[in-house]
Amino acid sequence: MMMTTPSDPTPPPGRGSDGVAPSLGDLDSTTRRMRRQVGSKFAGVVAVAVLAFVVQGLVRNSALQWSVVGQYLFSSEVLSGLWTTLEITVAAIAIAVVLGTLLANMRLSKNVVLRVVNGVYVWFFRSVPLLVLLIFAYNFSLLYTNLSLGVPFGPSFVTFATKDFTAAMTAAILTFGLQQAAYTSEVIRAAIVSVPRGQAEAAEALGMTDWRVLRRVILPQAARLAIPPIANETINLCKSTALVAFISVPDLLYSVQEVYSRTFQVVPLLVVATIWYTVIVSVLSALQWWLERFMNGPSRSGRARLAARETL
Amino acid sequence: MTTPVLQAWRVSKSFGAERAVDQVSLSVQAGTATCILGPSGAGKSTFIRCLNFLERPEDGYVFIDGDPLGFDRRGDVFHEISSRRLARQRQKVGMVFQQFNLFEHMSAIDNVIEAPCGVRGVRRADAIEKGMELLRKVGLAHKAHSLPRELSGGQQQRVAIARALAMEPRLLLCDEPTSALDPEMVHEVLNVLGELVAEGMTMIAVTHEVGFAREVAHRFVFMERGAVIEEGPSSNLSVDGVREDRTRSFLEKVL
Repeated sequence: MMMTTPSDPTPPPGRGSDGVAPSLGDLDSTTRRMRRQVGSKFAGVVAVAVLAFVVQGLVRNSALQWSVVGQYLFSSEVLSGLWTTLEITVAAIAIAVVLGTLLANMRLSKNVVLRVVNGVYVWFFRSVPLLVLLIFAYNFSLLYTNLSLGVPFGPSFVTFATKDFTAAMTAAILTFGLQQAAYTSEVIRAAIVSVPRGQAEAAEALGMTDWRVLRRVILPQAARLAIPPIANETINLCKSTALVAFISVPDLLYSVQEVYSRTFQVVPLLVVATIWYTVIVSVLSALQWWLERFMNGPSRSGRARLAARETL
Repeated sequence: MTTPVLQAWRVSKSFGAERAVDQVSLSVQAGTATCILGPSGAGKSTFIRCLNFLERPEDGYVFIDGDPLGFDRRGDVFHEISSRRLARQRQKVGMVFQQFNLFEHMSAIDNVIEAPCGVRGVRRADAIEKGMELLRKVGLAHKAHSLPRELSGGQQQRVAIARALAMEPRLLLCDEPTSALDPEMVHEVLNVLGELVAEGMTMIAVTHEVGFAREVAHRFVFMERGAVIEEGPSSNLSVDGVREDRTRSFLEKVL
């Protein structure tokens, strides 16, 4: 080993301590060659081949009757079913997020009663199968003939018959919304808990009220963490809504069933439904991607705007 | 003598069976800086957090400008007040944390104007103007639109100081403001705090920086095991200057 001598002021750029390179030979004239990843390329070829077989099987299979698929894909019956599916999904997830946020805060509250109420709620809605709940809700008028608003065991102020209330659509939206709220509340609770404690402390120390701390500091940061799982649940929920066919809500699945019960073209109509479900999920996935990006650079656009305004 | 900005009267706080702060009293006059020193686990941080009710003392009282914090005194009875009124009282007391605790989703300037706009209802344009002035004061006007994660520890702490000052507090509490910083950044934060003291800001700081305590602060408090062992002018902060043996042995270790 040679040592750097004081008479050798600065080593040439690109080399560490001078005196090491010579013992390694002339590295300047060498090149590097990376591994060719043969296995990975082979796997890619196999995957493409399998995919080609599957596509061929789908396209060439006469049982799928692609012309029938094309005929019904944009038929008004199917489109109205698609719209119903979207309505239920959007309404249910809206209920789930609002109610879920409320439930999450009940769970995190200092008040024992609120915590217990939340516990019972989550326990109940996670215990009962969705389909059972759905049929229950549909038959709600059998359980309770009148719904009234008033003091428990005391006088009531408003009373309405549940027959109007249990229009199948309302039953569906409430069932999905209420059950999803139980799951979503757990997601939101986890997100709130993972915002560092110091954030709330700093806000409190500045004199913010509890509500303001939650709204301005905790929830915006929790939202970033909660969005991927909630988007995931929305996708799941959208497909679960197919269950409403059981209570004759004319959603996407129900409307294709209506058609094939007349025409007996079961498989092509299920393909129609499948295509629309994949379209919805693709749109939701894109939305999720956009939301995540938006949340991860929260003030990027805002900062650009501010900076632009201040340079003016 | 005028009413002290802060008076703590026999403040106690326990965690389970452990008495973290045991009947600590402290009086701080306007325009003075007090440093709280002591070994780790002495209850310094718990005590300073009691001073704005981030920890609720189970015993004793904290008076800000003579008014009891968190209570409404009527005769001989202290009535606990609502969290909304406590929040209003807290506006008078700024706090700087060891871990900075900047709002991670807001830019530096948004951190600074959040409380003035949202809590005191200052107009946004006015708050931005004042906020930029404060950021300039801590040397970070050029980072106004950076997110906390884009700033170094020292820069984050200086923004946090600006954020606390934006509420124009009567008193600034600093809980180990430089303990989480790389050595070369400690200086920039201490310089800012030193300037504030020179301008007459009333300050209480828990710190391990004995040099800062001696040169910048006016008084020191030495705590151990939840109690005040010694209190005095910061010029006494040397091995020969302090009265108590425990303070001396602590200083011998850290100096």
